[in-house]
Amino acid sequence: MSTVTTDPHAHAEHEHHGPAKGLKRWLYTTNHKDIGTLYLLFSLLMFFIGGAMAMVIRAELFQPGLQIVDPNFFNQMTTVHGLIMVFGAVMPAFTGLANWLIPMMIGAPDMALPRMNNWSFWILPFAFSILLASLFMEGGGPSFGWTFYAPLSTTYSNDSTALFVFSVHIMGISSIMGAINVIVTIMNLRAPGMTYMKMPLFVWTWFITAYLLIAVMPVLAGVVTMVLTDKYFGTSFFDAAGGGDPVLFQHIFWFFGHPEVYIMILPAFGIISSIVPTFSRKPLFGYASMVYATSSIALLSFLVWAHHMFTTGMPVAAELFFMYCTMLIAVPTGVKVFNWVATMWRGAMTFEVPMMFSLAFIVLFTIGGFSGLMLAITPADFQYHDTYFVVAHFHYVLVTGAVFSIMAAAYYWLPKWTGHMYDETLGQWHFWCSLISVNVLFFPMHFVGLAGMPRRIPDYALQFADFNALISIGGFAFGLSQLLFVWLVVKCIKGGEKATDQVWEGAEGLEWTIASPAPYHSFTTPPEIK
Amino acid sequence: MARTSYLCWSLLTFLLAFSTQSAEMPLNMTQGVTEISQQVYDLHMKIFYICCAIGIAVFGVMFWSIIHHRKSKGVEPAQFHESTKVELLWTAMPVIILIMMAIPATQTLIAMEDTSEADITVLITGSQWKWHYKYMDHKVEYFSLLATPRQQIDNKLSKGENYLLEVDRPLVIPTGKKVRFLVTSDDVIHSWWVPAFAVKKDANPGFINEAWTRVDHPGIYRGQCAELCGKDHGFMPVVVIAKEQSDFDQWIAQEAATQAAAKEAELKLLAMNMSKEELMTLGEKVYMGYCAACHQPNGMGIPGVFPALKGSKMALEDLPAHIDIVLNGKTGTSMQAFDKQLTLSEIAAVVTYERNAWDNNTGDLVQAADIAKAQSK
Repeated sequence: MSTVTTDPHAHAEHEHHGPAKGLKRWLYTTNHKDIGTLYLLFSLLMFFIGGAMAMVIRAELFQPGLQIVDPNFFNQMTTVHGLIMVFGAVMPAFTGLANWLIPMMIGAPDMALPRMNNWSFWILPFAFSILLASLFMEGGGPSFGWTFYAPLSTTYSNDSTALFVFSVHIMGISSIMGAINVIVTIMNLRAPGMTYMKMPLFVWTWFITAYLLIAVMPVLAGVVTMVLTDKYFGTSFFDAAGGGDPVLFQHIFWFFGHPEVYIMILPAFGIISSIVPTFSRKPLFGYASMVYATSSIALLSFLVWAHHMFTTGMPVAAELFFMYCTMLIAVPTGVKVFNWVATMWRGAMTFEVPMMFSLAFIVLFTIGGFSGLMLAITPADFQYHDTYFVVAHFHYVLVTGAVFSIMAAAYYWLPKWTGHMYDETLGQWHFWCSLISVNVLFFPMHFVGLAGMPRRIPDYALQFADFNALISIGGFAFGLSQLLFVWLVVKCIKGGEKATDQVWEGAEGLEWTIASPAPYHSFTTPPEIK
Repeated sequence: MARTSYLCWSLLTFLLAFSTQSAEMPLNMTQGVTEISQQVYDLHMKIFYICCAIGIAVFGVMFWSIIHHRKSKGVEPAQFHESTKVELLWTAMPVIILIMMAIPATQTLIAMEDTSEADITVLITGSQWKWHYKYMDHKVEYFSLLATPRQQIDNKLSKGENYLLEVDRPLVIPTGKKVRFLVTSDDVIHSWWVPAFAVKKDANPGFINEAWTRVDHPGIYRGQCAELCGKDHGFMPVVVIAKEQSDFDQWIAQEAATQAAAKEAELKLLAMNMSKEELMTLGEKVYMGYCAACHQPNGMGIPGVFPALKGSKMALEDLPAHIDIVLNGKTGTSMQAFDKQLTLSEIAAVVTYERNAWDNNTGDLVQAADIAKAQSK
């Protein structure tokens, strides 16, 4: 989509200074590549901490009866698992990718606001230390679900709520700063000639995501503050006895929460839109319609929040409105899937690990989309709501959707980041183990949900026993498979076959014109795009 | 090669697991026992088949490409990258399919939300972690608690057939009548769900939601609380028995009579004193049913969440405050008011029990009359 006129090797020679040495390099860094690396490693760590909690959940649910943990601790695990995976694993991973890639993709030397960039990363470890430390308080950490519905999170929670609120505030500040940085960078630092409609789709999807973040993270900050004041300062936003309404909490939370799920999937769309053309050796089908579809999804995401709340007793007119708007989202999402398939059609495909993860993404994310469409049908939602069918749905879109796209991105750009090719055999092992185990883990959840098993319960009726055992086995296998990924990344950083600048035969875009590994400072003079 | 055999092996295990379990657990949504639940099932299947058809078409094209359009076959990639006609087509087609889906969904939804002209109304109140049913047209009301013994949950006894789906006193409704449910809560949000009726309605504290059902066949129908409501969310099942109208009439008349008689007996009890042994026996039963979920069977509570009663100042010294908190609860905490939930003698017994169990040997005996006195204050 863009042609580069500068000599790709010129930049390496212009390198005037490298990074500082030791710990200070990472603490004081304002370099987008260093910060990107920090974000990615942090999110990998969080992925394993959140994953360990999932293992506790699956171990308890392996058999009916209470064996390993008590219900109070079980609820803390489901709550903190959700919070860590959403705010600690998926979102920072995408921010890390944005940091690494956006400047290289638009021909900029760095992010526009490098000092804020440093800060937006370095407050995250504090946020998650606070959250994790709260688990060791008397009475334990937050146990009201990651959705923290009032009054369970206000009147009926213990004092770890204050730490939970504070840590969510810090996460929100970090996200907002990251989003501002992305927007300012994209608006101001594009290379000459790179018009908006020439930007790579990963840049486009992140541009839109950043606006969503700025729009809804303050809403989250507002709602956690209201929880705090209801609990400690005598307000009654969510307490009917003082003139408030517990359902108001859900309206505010989901006004944040629904755009939030698109925050976690739009960058994934951008990644898949980069990888599929590369390994199909054919330009992306329908670039313009991809941009329009992403924008429509972002706009519609503000009009569908109450589909999480069909059972709360809304008026029928509201239920109909939210049902129709939710169904409408299937249209632009469908356009994206059709475009990817059309990109592959009559291409010349190869199946390296990034492509395998992308193909798995397309199929499995679409399955998650289908169950989402089913959930949109309000009368049917009354049966699905708060069962394992919902758990299956959002894990298909978030694990085989968002997480698989992050894996695909890691494999795709690792050679550019490290200068070494990753171990293809090991990568294929990681892919196939993940693919099989993730489906053993999440597919049967559809069935237990339809059969009537509610979510967030530490113990269940006997009819669900065999499927839960199977799900747990899938869970353990998926968890173990991810260790292969860590091994692979370590191996790739340490050495391996030297990567070329181009890396992938069919890859297009500015990041493939600079050296591998990417020099500490790239594009100090902007390339020109025709 | 190793990769393929691994794949086959895993798939085989997966399929085997399926075939052996299908007899026990239904793999699909229940069709239920009402006209509405049948409609919901039909909607569910319709949207499911639509998704399957789209899935087969889209993945079919994708896998066709994967098999035929691969570099190893020596194909030259085409270079087309847009087609307004095709793009408009695959935007318009889904819209038409969705409209076809929205029409029946709208009709069912409107029918589900029409609670008018009900024959009988039941007020359902959720609280941590039990349901309360009150018949608005009769003088009958009662609590419905989990009946699965603690030992089964702790794996000390083998689990019964209806493990975690059984209650001491189920809700009873007549068949063939439109039953309206008013749903509310005393503390946090709960959700009353019976899959066979396709009724799931949140119980919001301070607000009343409405739902309805009309069950045609007598039977026992089981469900669970569907909204996370704290520690024992997984332990508050719903059981509904649908009876023929005549059986129902007989049951409710008998129930009304029993409850009226119990109230009279309660008044008589005021004049009598129970022995310590009687108080402790009844007290332990009440404690295990209503208090132990939070304060724990050993009276130790859960530090930081639920206070201990063993050795607590209130249980050892301040008797009036002890009776007061059991009667009226403590606002701003999970401690409920048991005034309406328990009889005078039950409250007297449980307070006595708490003051004498687990080495709290105060020797205090509390009688129903003492509770009545505290109540009237």
